[in-house]
Amino acid sequence: MMNIPRKELLALGAGLAGVAVLAFLPLVTEGFWLSLSVNIMLYAAICTAWALFSGPTHLVSLASAAFFGVGTYSVAIFIDVLPFPALILIAVVAGALLATLVGLATLRLSGVYFVIFTLGLAELLGQIVTWVQTNFGGTIGLYVFTDFTETHLYWMLLALTVVVFVTGWLINRSRLGLALRIIGNDEAVARHVGVDTARTRVILFAVSGAFIAVAGAIMAPRYGYITPDAAFNPMTSFLVVIMALLGGTRRLWGPLVGVVPFTVVMDFISGHFPNQTAVIMGLAFLAIVYVLPDGVTGQLETLFRRRRSIDKSLLAASAEEGR
Amino acid sequence: MLILLTGLLLGGTYTLIALGLTLQYGVARIMNLANGETLVAACFVTFWLYTGFGINPLLGLLVIGPVAFVVNWLIYTWLMQPLVKRARNRGMLEVDSILATFGLLFLFQGLMLQAFGGSYFNYEFLAQPFSIMGNSFGLNRVVAFVAAAVIAVALYTFLYHTDRGTAVRAVAVDPRAAMLVAIDVRKTAAFAFALGGAITACAGTLLSTFYTFNTSMGVIFTMKALIIVIMGGVGDVRGAVLAALVLGVTETLVASLLDPGLTLAANYALFIVVLLFRPQGIFGKRPA
Repeated sequence: MMNIPRKELLALGAGLAGVAVLAFLPLVTEGFWLSLSVNIMLYAAICTAWALFSGPTHLVSLASAAFFGVGTYSVAIFIDVLPFPALILIAVVAGALLATLVGLATLRLSGVYFVIFTLGLAELLGQIVTWVQTNFGGTIGLYVFTDFTETHLYWMLLALTVVVFVTGWLINRSRLGLALRIIGNDEAVARHVGVDTARTRVILFAVSGAFIAVAGAIMAPRYGYITPDAAFNPMTSFLVVIMALLGGTRRLWGPLVGVVPFTVVMDFISGHFPNQTAVIMGLAFLAIVYVLPDGVTGQLETLFRRRRSIDKSLLAASAEEGR
Repeated sequence: MLILLTGLLLGGTYTLIALGLTLQYGVARIMNLANGETLVAACFVTFWLYTGFGINPLLGLLVIGPVAFVVNWLIYTWLMQPLVKRARNRGMLEVDSILATFGLLFLFQGLMLQAFGGSYFNYEFLAQPFSIMGNSFGLNRVVAFVAAAVIAVALYTFLYHTDRGTAVRAVAVDPRAAMLVAIDVRKTAAFAFALGGAITACAGTLLSTFYTFNTSMGVIFTMKALIIVIMGGVGDVRGAVLAALVLGVTETLVASLLDPGLTLAANYALFIVVLLFRPQGIFGKRPA
């Protein structure tokens, strides 16, 4: 029998209510706001999936764009021969496979190797796809024609976000989650109590990568015409890192706090000042490191805890006096 | 033979880039992902000095090197030292420094984009044939290789035959032990970081004499430098030189025999081989 803490049941209720409200959104908005909501939902799914792995392991993965592109291409290649749900499945398998390969090559070693390896991964896959298409496929780019509207994409992304959250919650309750927390606190201790650190990381990276690939698959119909440059755009990886860290990765819902405002800000900036995006992203990274090392949620939590401990000590002091 | 020589000439410049990074990472323990941006900035300054004032790029080295030294020293003391102080262990410093230098990467890239735009630049310098063993090469490539070799030898002599250089190597091996033999670790780390930046900038100046550059190519060069550093073993000068030459040759091989669009794939293939078989570097010892 699962015994679920009262606090988590409350969170579950709040989450369900939130999802229900969000599901009705496309019925009342359209056009610009709906497409902005699709973007927010997209990054909500990817950032939460990213934080599933990078939060507890403290390994900054820059492979999001690679997984995203793999998902997009899973759809683009097979769209004419298979139904859409099957394509999502292909994306899951492809994303997990890529993550497992990268993980097996790098996650046994120190963290820096992993970061560097993921840094150029999207670009590498983009180059390979371009090369294959120019030498064997004839044209660069593939068409994806579907009947999906923005509303459909929104609902699919919402569903994906919910699945990511449920998975994250289940992982936290499982042996895998326990192993992760031990690794995150002290890797040497983890190894001594018999946790296979490399295996744990690879599994988690595969889960995270599969989800991001699905997000890419869902977004493929929006592009219509898929090119390597668009599908494997490295910017996706960087934005995901900024948003997730801005929100904070200590809690499952932490990244969301970063996603909503940052997507709106980036949308405004890329619309009005397209040449400033790099500068803004640079400043955002620096702000995260120097001002908000634990993200907004982490910072608030620390503040809250300090306030509470002050309250407690005041209470204790006044009790002393009253005696 | 032609491929081999072209690759070696390219490897000369790669050696300098990687030496710059290996000083910053191996000694100062900062994984500087903005390293490529230092390189690109040097390319642009050289271009500006040459086309605007007619200053020879080789003379430009004498200006750009010291300026890059000062700028990198300031970056280390202002931005990196607070992170070093706050880090509780090596892993935390790694995450923090990666994110911080990421910030610098985008900041520099954005600023250069404002100043120069996104198009490709190049200029003509010593664009005449020079023949080695019956094959002709651009004189600029040969000169860049020779200059890179001179700088690399100078660095080697400094590191292995002076007290200051020995101090730098001691910090690379073990900062705490270095402290016990009266080495000012903080100052040495700052010095190594600055020196690394200066060497990378010199590599940029040399690269710009024969290479077409643009504002957003920094990341690719950071990648190459990192692969070379890991392949050669962190902090290992001999390893970095050998690895850089291997990378230069491999890249040229793939570009001329397969497809120029696959150079990154060639880099990755090497990287994977190194990670799987010798993650401690060519000359590195297995950690106990």
